Parts: sequence; C-alpha cells; structure tokens
Amino acid sequence: MPASDHRPAAVLNGSEAFPHRHLTGIAGLQPHEIMFLLDEAEQWVERNRDRAKSDHRLDGITQINAFFENSTRTLLSFEIAGKRLGADVVNMHAAQSSVKKGETLIDTAMTLNAMRADVIVIRHGSSGAVQLIADKVNCPVLNAGDGWHEHPTQALLDALTIRRRRGDIAGQRIVICGDVLHSRVARSNMLALTALAAEVRVVAPSTLMPAAVDRMAVTPFTDFDAALEGADVVMMLRLQNERMNGAFIPSTREYHLRYGLTPERLQHARPDALVMHPGPMNRGVEISSEVADDTARSAITEQVEMGVAVRMACLDVLTRRARGVEGWA
Amino acid sequence: MSLRFTDARLVCPESGERNGDLVVAGDEIAATTSAEAEGETIDLGGAILAPGIVDLGAFAIDKAAFAFGGIVRVGLMPDQSPVLDDPGIVQRAAMMGKPDLWIHPIAAATQALAGRDLSEMATMQQAGARAVSTGRTWIEDSGVMRKVLGYARDCGLTVIAHAEDGRLTRGAVATEGETATRLGLSAAPALAEPLAIARDIALTEETGARLHFRQVTTAAGFELVRQAKRRGVAVTCGVTPAHLFLSDIAMSDFRTFAHLSPPLRSEEDRQAALAALADGTIDVLSSGHDPRGPEAKRLPFADSAPGAAGADTLLALGLGLVRDEHLTLDRLFALLARNPAEVLGLDTGLLRPGQPADLIVIDPDRPWRIDADRMAAQAGNTPFDGLPVQGRVLKRFKGGVEH
Repeated sequence: MPASDHRPAAVLNGSEAFPHRHLTGIAGLQPHEIMFLLDEAEQWVERNRDRAKSDHRLDGITQINAFFENSTRTLLSFEIAGKRLGADVVNMHAAQSSVKKGETLIDTAMTLNAMRADVIVIRHGSSGAVQLIADKVNCPVLNAGDGWHEHPTQALLDALTIRRRRGDIAGQRIVICGDVLHSRVARSNMLALTALAAEVRVVAPSTLMPAAVDRMAVTPFTDFDAALEGADVVMMLRLQNERMNGAFIPSTREYHLRYGLTPERLQHARPDALVMHPGPMNRGVEISSEVADDTARSAITEQVEMGVAVRMACLDVLTRRARGVEGWA
Repeated sequence: MSLRFTDARLVCPESGERNGDLVVAGDEIAATTSAEAEGETIDLGGAILAPGIVDLGAFAIDKAAFAFGGIVRVGLMPDQSPVLDDPGIVQRAAMMGKPDLWIHPIAAATQALAGRDLSEMATMQQAGARAVSTGRTWIEDSGVMRKVLGYARDCGLTVIAHAEDGRLTRGAVATEGETATRLGLSAAPALAEPLAIARDIALTEETGARLHFRQVTTAAGFELVRQAKRRGVAVTCGVTPAHLFLSDIAMSDFRTFAHLSPPLRSEEDRQAALAALADGTIDVLSSGHDPRGPEAKRLPFADSAPGAAGADTLLALGLGLVRDEHLTLDRLFALLARNPAEVLGLDTGLLRPGQPADLIVIDPDRPWRIDADRMAAQAGNTPFDGLPVQGRVLKRFKGGVEH
C-alpha cells in the first residue's frame, strides 16, 4: 500500500498518532505521522475559508515566536495560525533580543522557559539551534527553520498542496531545483516526500549540490531538462544570493540560462505539472513571471494558504498533551 | 634514593613485554633485571610497568587530567594565549609543569601563527622549545611553508603540521557526506587533508626537513604518508583515539562534543586509520587534549568550538585497541611514549638503563565508565561520554618520584 494511502488517524487514538513532544524536523517522523499532520491540517483549510475563522482551543495558551533570523511570511503565518486558534501570540525578534547583547542561545531558551511559554516557535540561522533549545525547555518546540537543516512545516504545507492538487503523493515524480546545498526547505521536502513514496529528483549545479545526497533516496541531476522529463511537480528553490559569496555560480544570468524555469523548459514536464516555490521568488532568476503567474499550473499562492492550515494543525497537536485533550495525556 | 619494582609486567617499546623487576636509582632507570637495590621495594603483583606517556600536541596544561591519564610529558601546542612565539613565553611555559609534569613547548613556526613571517626558532629552541608547529591551522602560502621547513631543518627541529587545505575547509564544521548533508552542516571534502599532505611532503622531500603530521585521518592521507616513508622521507604522523573509534555518525543529533578538528570522517576513513595503525604508518597516538567549557560547547553545532578533552581517556582507549587486537601492548607504548619522544628529540620512552625514571603502573583490566560530568580534565567535553572502558593508572612516577 502506498504510504499516502495510509490513514492511521482513523485507527490510532490520541497521542499514538503523533507521539513526539516537539517538531524539530521531518527526520524521525514515520510516514503515518506525517499523514496524520496533513489530515489534521485538512480541516483547517476549509475552516480558514469561512468568514468566521476563529477557534478557541488554544485560549490561555502563550505562543512565543522567537525569530533569530529575519522572516516575514513564516512569522506572519505562525502568528495568524496561533491567533486563529485563540493563543496569546508574542513575537520575539532577534534585533530586539538580548542575543545582540551577547546572551547565549541556551540562556535565551531558559528565559523563555521561565516565562512559562506553552509553545515556542523558533527560527535560527544555525543548523541544530532548534534541537538545542528543545532539549532545554519544558514546552513543545516547533522548528520554523534552522540553518541549512530543516523547515518541517514548509515540507508539510508543500506535501498538503501536492496531495490536494494531485490527489496523492505516492508515485508522483517531484523535481526540486535550485540551491539544494543551502536549503532547509529542500532537506525537509526530500525527507517528507520520499517517506510518502514520491519519486524525488533534485537538480542543482554541482557547486550547490550537497555531497552524498543520493543516500537520501533521491536522484541528483545537474541537467534540469533531463530531470524535468515526465515530472508531475516542479518545486523551485530560491537562489540564496546572500549565501553565495559570488563563488557558487558565475552569474544570475547564467544560472537562469541553465536552471531558470521558463515556459519552454516546463514543456519537458507533464502537461499538467504543478509548479511550486516556497517564496520569496527571484523573478527572472530561478523562475520566470510567466510560469509563476500561470494560475492553471502555479500553486505558489496556494502554498501560502496551506501554510496557515499546517501551522494551525501543528500548534494544535503539539499542545494537546498540555491542554489535557482526551487521549493525549 | 632507590626503588625496586618487583613482579612487574614490564612493557617496553624496545625490548617488548616480559615479567620481571626494574630498579630505579635517583631519577634514572638503573636496571631492568632483578638486581639488588637499597631503598623501597614495590611489589606490583603482576601489574603493568610501562614508560610514562609522552602526549604530543596537547592544547592546554591540565595537570589533573594528565595525572589521571598517566601522562608524564606533554608537548604543548603553540596555540596558547599568548602564542608560543617568543622565547620568554616559551621559557615560562616550560616551567609550568613543575614539579610533577614535564612541559615541552612546541613553538609557533611563524610569528603569531599567522603563516607569514618565520619565528625565532633557534632562540626559542634555546628557551626550551622542542619542535615548531603550524598550530591548529595550515600555512596557506607554500613559499612560507618551504621556508619554515628549511629553517627548522637548519635548527634540527621537527615541524609539526596541521594537514588540511584551509581554502577548502573555510567555514566548514564537518566532513562532506551523508551525515553533514542530513544535518545541514557546512562541510568540506575529506580531500582537504591529502591535498595538504601532498604539498607538505613534497616540500619536506625537497628541503630535507623532518615533518610530523599531528593528525592524519583519511585513507588518502595515510597512503601518501605510507608512500613517502617508503621513499625515505623523514615524515611521521599521529592520530587521536576519536578518529580511530568514531565516524561522522557521532555528530548526529548535533552533538557538539563530536565537533573536532579535523572533523570526524567516514567509516571507510576510520577503517583506513585502523589499518594504518596496524601496518606502522601511524607513529604517534596522542590525546589532542583540548578541553572546552560549556560556553564554547553549549551552542549550535556550527557555532561551537572544535576540540575535546582527551588526556583522561587516552590510555584506556589505547588499551582497548590492544584488546581488540589492532596493536600489541609494546607497540601501544611505542605510539604513546617512544615515538612522540623521538619527534620532540627526547631520550625517553623506553625501559632502558640510563633513561629518565618516568614510569606508570597500570591495572589493564580495571573497568570504569567515561563520565563527562566526573572527569579530571578542566572540562568534560568528551565524545566518549558513557563508554565503558578498561585500564586505570595506579601509580605515576616522574624522575623516580611518585606524583
């Protein structure tokens, strides 16, 4: 049975469906646990389209969004998700925090812990920083992106988008193209999509391809056109200019020539292939506006919508034990 | 004052292993037979009596850890604060171990370890320096490295080098591979090591210098050293237990105690290290003692400092290699005592009459568990936390005096 056909939520009760205290990454999650989170998110998609979007299950819960790295859309998405569930949401920006004064990450974690947060959402520029905090605090910790490591809610929202648009994840040929080396989005997506039995191809110039990536059950390509043959989904990554130091690619113009997704290039994929991008996009670099704005094929705005639903589901599930939800003791 | 050790299991890198007695007169070994001696007799009841360990390339003076680990002499790396690049500082460092420990300063090969200007090697040698080193880093400029090797040869000093191409390893905290990819850590190819080794061996061959690579950790690196030795190049190399026992998988869960320099390698490279140990390519087993406090280790992996405490665990892990039949006991003490002494130009490390009575008594079977919270070292950052080991130092003598 393909992993995506698995519906354990119907047969597993309470915490058995998701036994983890934190969500630090996709690594360590079983396929049925990923599916459980997607199923949970599904209900919020429709709910968020209603006029009355509010729910009160997180009333009295304090959610701290501790963002040590700049972010607009992810922070906003987590903030909206928490508020729609009734949580008291507090945002902590690194620029305003004592981190700038030399406080260590663990000291910051202990401070947040002492303030009795009920759930902490962390974004940090160093791989592993979220795990470090999760080991030190008493409440659930949600990874909103750590270094080059993982961005699990992005992978979940991408998987939800694919499942809704394609009907299934198993068996889909999914091409992930761009700066795979520096991308936490790529890592989490490789883990999630292969766990759900998709065929995943990663494409990048060899200067931006991580070593031994083939051991993560994906197939690496340097030729974008070859990788696109028969693709059901094309997932573009942002070219992270701030991490390039000018040495990974000769120029953005040349990058676009080899790895830019244009209407012509997209013809190598299936006619109904879905185009995705985690944003923000560098139009004319990794993706042309014609492709990005083609509503028949582009799911980019839908990904943003799924993001809120996925984050609502994760906040709900991770706080169930503390809230004494039946079956989650 | 004389000492007579009886019923000892004598282990000597030169004369091998045998049961017998050893006599110390003053601060020297007087005899390795059951000769008559005045003074105290110590019945070892079959325990091992071996040369005191000469730890080549420690980064901190950590007397408690050295005492626990049976280390009597320490080759101190120049990466101190201030850097060992001045005769006065070298002289002071040499005094710091007294009375219970020999500190043999390894001077900076270039001023401030900056890799640009030659240091005053001869003057520092007069002040007590026993070798010169590039420290934690690689000298990028091949012209400077050539001058370092040539000038050190003139002074009769061995150059102790760090072997990683710094341009390839810049910003990296791990070795490229599946683990680094999964963890999203900045990584450098293992090739950085053989690249550096190949250059430095070529320069050593040309200058006729003596070169010791403090740590070699890759299959390709060992092969280059192996071939150079066959050609008669005066090159030696060392390793620490971490690279013999652990592969990069130990970094999983972002365990900063496994953040080392050079970083942990693949399982294939670890197996190559064991093979190089067995075939004699590796000359020195050292602790790489580099204790780091929580302020340097309780950080995200990439932000943490590389290094681990190693003095406490060096002997027990070395005995583990003997138990696993990678080494014989006398060869272990060649790696721990005789060979590092030779790199430093010291006439010690053997159970031979006339040598300094730097000795350790070991119960090789006593079990204990490495516990990061209960180590003698200044900081308990060991990648071996929780590992059960066997072998404890019972007594330690420097110059015939127990400390």
